[in-house]
Amino acid sequence: MSVLDPKVPEGPIKDKWTTYKDKINLVNPANKRHIDIIVVGTGLAGGSAAATLAELGYNVKAFAYQDSPRRAHSIAAQGGINAAKNYMGDGDSVYRLFYDTVKGGDYRSREANVYRLAEVSSNIIDQCVAQGVPFARDYGGLLDNRSFGGVLVSRTFYAKGQTGQQLLLGCYSAMNRQIARGKIDMYNRHEMLDVVKIDGKARGIIARNLITGEIERHSAHAVVIATGGYGNVYFLSTNAMGSNATAAWKIHKKGAFFANPCFTQIHPTCIPRSGDYQSKLTLMSESLRNDGRIWVPAKKEDAKAIQEGKLKPTEIAEENRDYYLERRYPAFGNLVPRDVASRAAKERCDAGYGVNATGEAVYLDFAAAIERYGKEQAKIQGIANASKEKITKLGEAVIEAKYGNLFQMYEKIVDENPYKTPMMIYPATHYTMGGIWVDYNLMTTVPGLYCIGEANFSDHGANRLGASALMQGLADGYFVLPYTIGDYLADDIRTGAIPTDTKEFDEVEKEVKDKIDFFINNKGTKSVDHFHKRLGKVMWDKVGMSRNEKGLKEAMAEIKQIREEFWKDVKVPGSANEMNPELEKAGRVADFLELGELFAKDALVRAESCGGHFREESVELEGEQKGEAKRNDKDYAFVSAWEYKGEPADAVLHKEELEFKDIELKQRSYK
Amino acid sequence: MNLTLKIWRQKGPQDKGKMVDYKVSDISEHMSFLEMMDVLNEQLVNSGEEPIAFDHDCREGICGMCSLHINGEAHGPDRGITTCQLHMRMFKDGDTITIEPWRAKAFPVIKDLVVDRTAFERIQQAGGYISVNTSGNTQDANATPISKHAADEAMDAAACIGCGACVASCKNSSAMLFVGAKVSQFALLPQGKVEAADRVRNMVAQMDLEGFGNCTNTGACEVECPKGITLENIARMNRELFKASLLKF
Repeated sequence: MSVLDPKVPEGPIKDKWTTYKDKINLVNPANKRHIDIIVVGTGLAGGSAAATLAELGYNVKAFAYQDSPRRAHSIAAQGGINAAKNYMGDGDSVYRLFYDTVKGGDYRSREANVYRLAEVSSNIIDQCVAQGVPFARDYGGLLDNRSFGGVLVSRTFYAKGQTGQQLLLGCYSAMNRQIARGKIDMYNRHEMLDVVKIDGKARGIIARNLITGEIERHSAHAVVIATGGYGNVYFLSTNAMGSNATAAWKIHKKGAFFANPCFTQIHPTCIPRSGDYQSKLTLMSESLRNDGRIWVPAKKEDAKAIQEGKLKPTEIAEENRDYYLERRYPAFGNLVPRDVASRAAKERCDAGYGVNATGEAVYLDFAAAIERYGKEQAKIQGIANASKEKITKLGEAVIEAKYGNLFQMYEKIVDENPYKTPMMIYPATHYTMGGIWVDYNLMTTVPGLYCIGEANFSDHGANRLGASALMQGLADGYFVLPYTIGDYLADDIRTGAIPTDTKEFDEVEKEVKDKIDFFINNKGTKSVDHFHKRLGKVMWDKVGMSRNEKGLKEAMAEIKQIREEFWKDVKVPGSANEMNPELEKAGRVADFLELGELFAKDALVRAESCGGHFREESVELEGEQKGEAKRNDKDYAFVSAWEYKGEPADAVLHKEELEFKDIELKQRSYK
Repeated sequence: MNLTLKIWRQKGPQDKGKMVDYKVSDISEHMSFLEMMDVLNEQLVNSGEEPIAFDHDCREGICGMCSLHINGEAHGPDRGITTCQLHMRMFKDGDTITIEPWRAKAFPVIKDLVVDRTAFERIQQAGGYISVNTSGNTQDANATPISKHAADEAMDAAACIGCGACVASCKNSSAMLFVGAKVSQFALLPQGKVEAADRVRNMVAQMDLEGFGNCTNTGACEVECPKGITLENIARMNRELFKASLLKF
């Protein structure tokens, strides 16, 4: 076990980034046009990086598996993007955003990176407005803000419920400008299948053209991975169907350390599973918890009757309902952070109080809010002795104005009217805080290989706050990487173009082709999805919201078993030289089957509870916090960075010790 | 429910292609349309046949990847949704459902139900942007107030997901709703006004070059648009183009 150097600059935290920028090496504009950079993934991180690097004058090659950069899954982010603008005058500052993010991450992120993130957050909003992103505005024409969980200020900028879409279209438009200038070569419907190293440095990739099946070699002076998170290791998640960890996992196998894989965010408010055919889960915005009350029946027989369809939620009397978040966390109530809300829902459902046919759902009820708003409206409109019906009607109108689009989305999927009967919700995998280990420069442990956005690990610790993912993706791509990569590339101005007809490319291309040939020729009996679903079930049951030593050890063994069966018995129809979605899935699931095991191993080693990682062995045993997660700073205030050594179980742990010089470590309390 | 599916199969761009019948059974009304397609594909894989290729990704109606022409309608029956948001409860037991790719000269078929929409990319590259470099010194976001009405209207236009349903629904395969939406978003914002004339000229020229048809005001595009982009955007684009034609540069 070694100790990793994060290369954080010296000096006070507020000066680190400025001093760093003043001292790094630069590449002069004339030399930039002799330098090639590969960017894999075109979401907020990859898209913003590709556009900015091309604007600076580098030759960029960008890769996306979809038919357009605009379709990356950043597009699905709903709520908003944080920035320390303090436009509301409510006392926000760079320090507060930094503090909230470190605390929200349960003190498992790197202080210097988070401070830099908070520092550049304002620039992001300026940049996006200049690009024509139509953020919400108030009647005076200035930008509007709203509030999100875990903070005491309003710093979230938004574009209706489609903030991710609008920010991504901003990056996409910036990319289009550079594609038109010839500074970005855009490779749509291409998937990176491995990285090529020459003399220890990342110098290219092997990619598959998803239309023709052709295997292509692409070289560059540096490679940037921006391929998002690995939430689909659970099979069901709020990720897109194609979201995958292949690029990240392939670079891990070529020397990039993988950090904190067990830090995964399970979002509490998603539409529950309705059957075995389910292909993905849909998020309902966190904002609903402002007005919705979460409950399950207090009596098990009522829960059973509901599960069997013999009883309706509206038939259960007030005194027979258990508003368990309000009961357990009177101070924060229904607005506890995501990890806490998710665990509490699971606890009730595991105890047999779940409310749909699968027993895995809780109610999110707006009846109280409808009544409250209705009465308020009746008073405002001067309606004396308003009838119950009138109050309900007035209240529903208020709820519709606030959440109309979400209610409509729910009704389309579930076919129930959430104004009349409570919504059913259940937690689902949403975001992965863990990822490829990077230093302050966003460089991995392989020289010239960078990792940005959700794909890296650095900024969110063990739990990400709402509206911070968009901020981090754009910070990395627009404002951090374009500086840090120059410092590295300054040594490459005399290198010249990297040839692809070398033995290093030959070798990696052969590995890639052999694997594809294996899948096509294997002629097993079971589909790729069969194995993916089995992996997902193990992950959810044993490496999900609540983890223990026994379960994690079983998970490691079971995943290994599924992996072995997969390689013996997987069936991939069609051929290699055509569009073949089953073949694409096979490669991705093969990687998830390895990543899942490392994930469980990481969760096993981290015998503390922190953020999204809850170990049943590590809970408070007495006092006010009895039964709550217990973090262990003495033994676990480090980043686990895993080095690949063949089998996932043999991975070697390297630690980056986390130092907290500017923030005091405290227990989070929501009681 | 049990269903008969008539699906367009085409091995590649050069293949002639044909409709093929498939049967699926025990389909739950709670399934999404694409989950029903997953069931069919799993069935095909298990019986050793090649599954049906179709585009899809986010499955929550925002990425714009899914693109099926179902019973003669882009994204199928129901309004204001993408194919992935269509649910089987819109169909009845025993139904026969016809599934085809987007049909338009500018969207050639790649395989089965997958079409090539890169014509849209080239239109965006012709001018669908504001020429501003990334810099930490851009003016403050609040330096230029923008009327809430203009910002909201720009947002409505910007909601386009680039799926191509407008083109697929149009008898002329016109892309004017798609182009009108982008032109409108920027035309409504002060940041976009500087390049407005060049933008509309270049985007429209590229649209014509790609082989999209003209608009004859039928309005089918507006009806089928999953994001409610209105015909007003086409009118605004025409106004912008006319305005640009009066300028010297």
